[in-house]
Amino acid sequence: MEATFACEGLTKRYGHTVALAGVDLDVDPGELVGLLGPNGAGKSTLVKVACGLVRPSAGTALVAGQPAGSAAARASIGYLAELFRFPDWLRARELLDLHQRLAGSNDGVTERGELLELVGLADAADTRVDAMSKGMQQRLGIAQALVGSPRLLMLDEPTSALDPVGRRIVRDLLLELKRRGVAVLLNSHLLSEVERVCDRVAILVDGRIVARGSPAELATPRGVEVELESGVRSYPDAGRDQVPEIVAGLVAAGEQVYGVHVRSSTLEETYLEAVAGAGT
Amino acid sequence: MRSAAAIATYALRESMRRRVFVVVLVLTVAFLALYGVATEAAFDTIDSEAIGEGALIDDKVLTGSTLLGLAMFTTLFLGCVLAVFLTLGAVRGDAERGLLQPLVVRPVGRTALLGGRFAAAAGVCSLYVAAMYAAATVITGLAGGWWPDDPVSPGVGLVAAVVVIAALSLLGSIFLSATANGIAVFMVFGAGLAAGLLGQIGDALSVDTLETVAQVASWLLPFEALYQAGLDSLTKDVRGATGVIVQLGPFGGAQEGGAGLWLWSAGYLALVAAGARLAFARRDL
Repeated sequence: MEATFACEGLTKRYGHTVALAGVDLDVDPGELVGLLGPNGAGKSTLVKVACGLVRPSAGTALVAGQPAGSAAARASIGYLAELFRFPDWLRARELLDLHQRLAGSNDGVTERGELLELVGLADAADTRVDAMSKGMQQRLGIAQALVGSPRLLMLDEPTSALDPVGRRIVRDLLLELKRRGVAVLLNSHLLSEVERVCDRVAILVDGRIVARGSPAELATPRGVEVELESGVRSYPDAGRDQVPEIVAGLVAAGEQVYGVHVRSSTLEETYLEAVAGAGT
Repeated sequence: MRSAAAIATYALRESMRRRVFVVVLVLTVAFLALYGVATEAAFDTIDSEAIGEGALIDDKVLTGSTLLGLAMFTTLFLGCVLAVFLTLGAVRGDAERGLLQPLVVRPVGRTALLGGRFAAAAGVCSLYVAAMYAAATVITGLAGGWWPDDPVSPGVGLVAAVVVIAALSLLGSIFLSATANGIAVFMVFGAGLAAGLLGQIGDALSVDTLETVAQVASWLLPFEALYQAGLDSLTKDVRGATGVIVQLGPFGGAQEGGAGLWLWSAGYLALVAAGARLAFARRDL
């Protein structure tokens, strides 16, 4: 299966500053990949290279099998920038109409209605951008990115201005897109969101990927805790595989077992360890 | 082509929605009204002080061409203002504000984006200067009964001049922030006019260096040469002492253009377009 996005040895230098230092990354169809990293790690640069906004200094990047930046590649992309801004004089439906024209989409009113409905802005079609809250603008930005049914969605901090309800809408939307086979590359500092929706995570530090894998793979074991009548008993060196043996031993010893918890690090802890490790 | 048209429509709609055209229309009507009053008064004055047949200078030609020459300068200046404000932040300015990236990511292509912005700005400015020049010509003719020897060429020269200015401003917007670009283009505009003035002084005093400077400036900034050629066309058939005097237009003397000027202007626009295309294609956003 051809990856919807694939980059190899991707490097970007701005003078003496290295923003990307040989990044390899794939995003398959229907896969949600979270890109994590501290500010200045190169996350936005990677997304911009994929979108054709920034030219790489070395390496290759392909979108739907086409060189990133080519018209064919851009036709497969939906993009929402971190520091996006839309013309404040446009109404929501006019903004989508403009992007439909530029994307060559012929789905007209139907597509506009569906997209606004998807992001919870069905009642705001005639609202001007300057009358929208930041959260509404961010949701409109996601609708804009979905114009033309892109195969790859690049979202740079798409939930930074959203309230919990807005985040829930976006989370459900991402899962729906995944079901439809859309590949998503998600830049976010909201690690709990990433952990909840992403199939894989890549942690970028100083332009290099220092850790990658599914959230479960990245998590490190933190032992097993068993709830007994006498209280909680910890097995700090045990893992999931040892649980049947532990429980059997306790039951054989006459203990009443009320619950078993396999402990592992959260994505946040993994992230902090990876970033600290890369810094040393 | 379809994408460029969409961008051009978007740019025009922004100007409409921001009431740019309303402001321009109101101020233009105010200028033309003042111009009408001034022209009427000027011709009334020379009528009452008529020297009569056989005078060395034809005061009707002198008054009409001087007034219309001033109106042409005003038209060029206002056309320049419009061209600059429609394009000054088209690339870097919009990119800094985060407005450009969502458009560039679309398969529209950067060349089509530039083409659309240029078509919108050049189209609006061309219509504007053509309409304003035509209105000033009609006002002058109705007020004093004087009409240019060639009423079309000056208008065409003005249109071509603002198209060149719009192209330069769009090129500048790739490299400079909106404010810096606006300042730069106005300074270039002023430099062109100053060079024309220097040429006029050089011609009057027979200083070859000044004339050479003016000629080089005209090649580098052809909007000035196009404006001078337009001025020249106003009174191209006037001879004698009147002919000598009316060639000395305001802020730059009238100079005959010729086919070479038009060819160079077309080539100049092509060079600016190629430079803008190359620079924009290489620019990281």
